[in-house]
Parts: sequence; C-alpha cells; structure tokens
Amino acid sequence: MKTKVRKALSLLSVILVLTMLVSACTTGVPGGAAEGSATEIEFWTFQDLHVEFYEVMAEKWNEANPDEQINFIPTVYPFDDMHNKLLIAFQSGVGAPDLVDIEIGKYANFLRGDIQLLPLNDVVEPELDNIVKARVDIYSKDGSFYGICFHVGAAVIYYNAELCEAVGIDWENINTWDEYYAAGEAFKAANPDLYWTSVESGDIWHMWPMISSQGSDMLAADGTPTIATPEMAKALEFNKKMVDEGIAVVAPGSPSYHHSEEFYQLMNSGAIASISMPMWYMDRFTDHMPDLSGKMAIAPLPVWEEGQPRSVGMGGTGTSVTAQSENADLVKRFLAFAKLSKEGNIEVWNTMGFDPIRTEVWSLPEVTEAVNKFTDYYVTTPFEVLNQIKDEILPVNVSDALPATLDVMKNSVLNRAYTEDGIDIPAMLEEEQAKIQY
Amino acid sequence: MSLMKRMKSLAYSQKLAPFVFISPFIIVFLLFFIYPVISTVIMSFQRVLPGQTEFIGFTNFKNLFNGDFYKAVTNSVIYTVITIAVLIPVPLILAVFLDSRMMVFKNFFRSVFFIPALVSIVVAGFTFRLIFGEMPTALLNSILANFGIEATKWLGGAAQWTTFLALLLLCCWRWTGVNILYYLSGLQSIPGELYESAAIDGADAFQRLRHITVPLLRPVTIYILTISIYGGMSMFLESFMLFAGNRSPGGSGLTIIGYLYRHGWEQANIGYGSAIGLVMLIVTLGVNVIQLKASGMFKKEG
Repeated sequence: MKTKVRKALSLLSVILVLTMLVSACTTGVPGGAAEGSATEIEFWTFQDLHVEFYEVMAEKWNEANPDEQINFIPTVYPFDDMHNKLLIAFQSGVGAPDLVDIEIGKYANFLRGDIQLLPLNDVVEPELDNIVKARVDIYSKDGSFYGICFHVGAAVIYYNAELCEAVGIDWENINTWDEYYAAGEAFKAANPDLYWTSVESGDIWHMWPMISSQGSDMLAADGTPTIATPEMAKALEFNKKMVDEGIAVVAPGSPSYHHSEEFYQLMNSGAIASISMPMWYMDRFTDHMPDLSGKMAIAPLPVWEEGQPRSVGMGGTGTSVTAQSENADLVKRFLAFAKLSKEGNIEVWNTMGFDPIRTEVWSLPEVTEAVNKFTDYYVTTPFEVLNQIKDEILPVNVSDALPATLDVMKNSVLNRAYTEDGIDIPAMLEEEQAKIQY
Repeated sequence: MSLMKRMKSLAYSQKLAPFVFISPFIIVFLLFFIYPVISTVIMSFQRVLPGQTEFIGFTNFKNLFNGDFYKAVTNSVIYTVITIAVLIPVPLILAVFLDSRMMVFKNFFRSVFFIPALVSIVVAGFTFRLIFGEMPTALLNSILANFGIEATKWLGGAAQWTTFLALLLLCCWRWTGVNILYYLSGLQSIPGELYESAAIDGADAFQRLRHITVPLLRPVTIYILTISIYGGMSMFLESFMLFAGNRSPGGSGLTIIGYLYRHGWEQANIGYGSAIGLVMLIVTLGVNVIQLKASGMFKKEG
C-alpha cells in the first residue's frame, strides 16, 4: 500500500518535470505562420500617436492590395525600454520586430558595428525630389538610407497673440532677434509679472535654430562635437541676458524643458508670451494647454540678420526595417506607402499634426483646407508658415557623437549658462566640450 | 533487473540526496549570477558592437577617470552614508516604542510605517516629484508659503542639498517600516528576564536600552548595514523617477548606476557599462567585507 503511494508519487513528479521541460521548450517558438494569407508585420514604437497613424495606413494598404494583405501588430513600449530592447535584439541577433521607430537622438547607436537595419535606397531614391532630403539624410550612413522620418520638424515660433496684442506688440513683424528682444523689453515693462519667452536649461530645441541660422551646429560636418564656438556663445549669451533681465524664464520642471507638467501649467495660465519650438510641438499645445485655444499663432523664427535661413529641421523619429524581418520586401513597400506616398503624408498631418516630409502636400487643399483639432486651435494656418520658410529649413549634422553631445548640452551646458551667476560662457563651453566622450 | 536495482539505489543514495536538493539553487546561481559576472568581466575589456566585438585592453577602465564618474561616485557615497545614518537609529528607536507594553495603537502604527514599502518606487517617485515641484503651487512650496518661505527649486536647484533632501525623504519614507520590522523581530528574541534583572539592579529605561537592547540587536544592525550599503550604492530608480528620466541638472541626481545606464544603454556602450558595473561590484563588495570583518561577523561563534 505504502509503496504504491510512493510509486504513484514518484511517477507524478517525473511527469511534472517532463511537462515543465517540454513546455519550456515549446514556448520559445512563435505562433507560426499568420492566419489566412495576411503577412504579419510586427512594429515597435514608443509613441501611441504613431500606432494610430500606422493602423490607418495598414487599413488603406489592405484596401489597395487585396492579394497582399498585411496583419499589422504594433507594440508600444516606454521610450528607453524600447530602444534598449532593440539594442539587445540586435546584439543577440534574435527578437527584433520587422518595423521599428527609432528616435533621432538614439539613431546613431544603431548605425554602429554591423548595421542591423536594411538600406531603404530602392524605395527612397525615386522619391528624393519630392521630399525634404534632410529628413532621410539624418538616418543615413555611407550613402545608404536606413530610416524615413515622420515630419520635417521645422523650427518655428509660437506667439500667444492675445498677450502680444494686449500690449500692442506686432508679432507678425518681428524678423530679427534684436527686434524680438526689444519686443520682450516692451512686454516686460507692461507686464512685470509675466514673461516674454521661456528657455529650456535641460533641452536644446529653443537654441538649436539660433546657432543653425549662423551656419553653425553642435557637430561639425565630419561629425565631431563643436559646441565651443562663437556662434554658440552668442546664442547662449543672448538668452542669458533675457533670463537675467526677467524677460525670459528658465522653463520650470526637472528637467527644465518645454515638456514638464510645470511648464504646461505656466504656459497654459498665460504667463509666457512666446516660445521657440519645432512644428511637432503643436500637439503639446492642443493636448496639454487647452486654455490657449484660439490664442496661439505660429510664425517663422527671427534670425540674427535678415536673409539668414529662418528654420531648421529638428528632432524626429525614423522608421526602419530590421535585418531580422522575414518579409523585408513587403515591409519596405508598406513603409514607403505609409511615409513617402501622398496619401501617407496627408494622413501624417491629419492624425498627428506633423509637417509632412513630402513638400507637395503642403499646398494641397486636402491639407490646407482640412479642419482638425489643430486648425481649430491656432489662429494662423501652419502651412502658410511652412510654405514661407520652405526653402530655408536647414538640416542638422548627425553622427555617432550626437547622443553624447546632446547629453552634455542637456545635463550641463545649458543649465550652467542660464543659472550660474556671472558665468564666462565661452570658457565654460571649452570646458564642457572637453568632457564629451563618445 | 540489475539496472532497476542500480537506479533504485541511486534514487535513495544518501550521498547524492543533498546535492539533488541544493541543485536548483546552484543551477540558478551559476546561470543567473556567475555566468553574467564572468561575461561582464570579459565585456569590460571589449568594445561591444553588433557583429564587431573586439578586445581593447584597459581603455574602458582608463575612461573612468573623469569628472562625471567622480560626481556619480560622490553622490552615491553621500547618499549611502546619510541613509545609513538615518535608517539605523530611527527605526531602532521606533521599534523599541512599538514593542513597548505602554504603546497604544501598536498595530495601527506598524501598518502606517510599513505601508510605504508596498508602494512601487515608480509611483512613489512620481508623487514625490510632484510634491517637490518648483512652482509656488506645488504641495511642499504651497505649505511653506504659509510660513513665509519663498518657493524653492527643490529638484536640481542651485544648492545640491535640496535634491538630496528629496532623495533621502523618499528613501526614509519607503524603508523605515522595513527596518522597523527587522528590529521588531530582533527585539522579540531578547529574553524578558534580562530587562527584569536589570530593573531590579536599578537600571533606568535609557540604561536598559543602551546596555541590553542595542548590543543584543547587533546581528540585526549588521544585517541592515550590509544591505543598506548595497542598496545605497545601487540607488537609481528613485533618482530616475524624481527627474523624469536619467538626467538631472549638473548631475545633481547622478548615481553610479545612473552613469552605467547612461553609457551602457543610452549611448550603447556596453563594454564601458560593464567596466563601471565591475568597479561598483568590487567597491561594494570591498566595503561590505571590511565592514563585516570589523564587526566580527567572520569569527566563529561560541
């Protein structure tokens, strides 16, 4: 009796161990081929908005290509998690999705070693004349294009038109930084408790166009960091002066940038009259600062001297096809359909409010006359501005050194420039440049 | 038949049994600890890129000699020292109170102190971030305003102590209850007769605490000290949540792990990250071995 029980028990444990082993082995294998004939396209991103866009485009693709159905499977991860997971997937050679969004600040990390992304030249090259080339150049290496951007990310300036007009400032006719500064002085004199503008001591969007328009950049053309330049010093000293005089406020929040809850609150309360941010910032206003609806205007940025280019394409996310994709050809064609085609670019504006990279779209009635939350919110039409600065949108230099350079700018340089009393900016820039390790 | 027999004798072998029973631990230890440690050592001498991994000698270690790394180490060390200085005496005293027969609402206070430990650091960090906001409308600033104190930029402000204050408060809020629990269990093992005889000898409450409670709680204290050294040196998530990302003005909230994360992951330099991790392992292990040795934990008992 006793032995029987014992035998049964040992048998049971053996079965248990075996099933565990078997199940451990099988879980590694993915679900197998897709249901029906639809090809699965796995997509990773860090931004919900991008999923919305691709899902619309996947539907359109399936309507247009009945014999090449796709089954679009998006996954949204937090920003860092997604890039880290992708890095591990590439390092180990397994587990990457077919299609992936990589943010520009991280992109250089994925162009090192044996590149695990597929060149997109065959789909990009035929369209080069129709798109803003800088928006694929920033994701290229040695003549191969690896990613396609969502938007131009043109730098513009946002004015709170109501605040400006209350003190008689004609924001439409501010063309140079000197005029901008003079308007700021007048504004501060009339509203001692308010600020003319805000600068970020933990981010670079507000100051990048100020050096680009002078023909400078944070990286030299050969990709080495060049933050210790007279152009950079000029821009930072100009901003520092406005901060010291109370014309500008250092954006609240930690980090101090135009994406903090504190900043949204301050801006929304009508305490700041203008900020310099790229076009993609439009949806931050509509989503986080509802009280400014019907008050905000978009205008071209001021420059140091008239005639200088008034914008620069900043930020961005490149969608790329990974080398681990089993249906690379189809995935590539889908990507081109979503991001390079006319319909795709119209959808970029309609779902996300981004300035599309295909320039012909900017004057299409489908876009300029479309009514959406952005046209309801802003008192100016974004595309009017975009068409004015169309030929002045500068590219930025990108290299392996960008992540490390941005890191020093965001964590140290700008904070020191704007918050340390009596700082010698050129000397500080020399000191910080020496710190950049890449 | 003989095979069955041999199998049977193997299954009931007295010699083999202990190894079988500890094998799950050994396997997990080898697979998830020893193997990663060895590959960290190897990678710390490499430049690791997809498909192009090469040995580069001591370059990664040489790169450690820079201001940011010093800053990260200093921050971690200061944080560790202060958390230990607060999180050992305070929970000890509170535990003594909670253990006392005169205490009322014991269970209530125990739960109140312990509940924060159940809150995830992510949630706690986010809440503290809002409390320590720099706007006059943020919770702490709006309370201080009643006392005529001006709004302060707590996180990453000009003075670094404000950042540390937030980090330390978060840490104390979260861990006091856990340490109290350790001490309470330690207090339960102190025999009551010791206190009685001391009381008969005329020792007052403070003397009993000083000469009975504290010395007899020493094993618990050493345990807490050991895990706090490791916990303090490896602090990362608290700072990450307070600053909504691994960045803080002028590195005011940068820790060793934050530095590792920045270089290993954010800048995709896993070789350098391994070197940082290895240095940290050696330092924490070293400090703990010295500490344990000094407190006599390696001596044979009895």
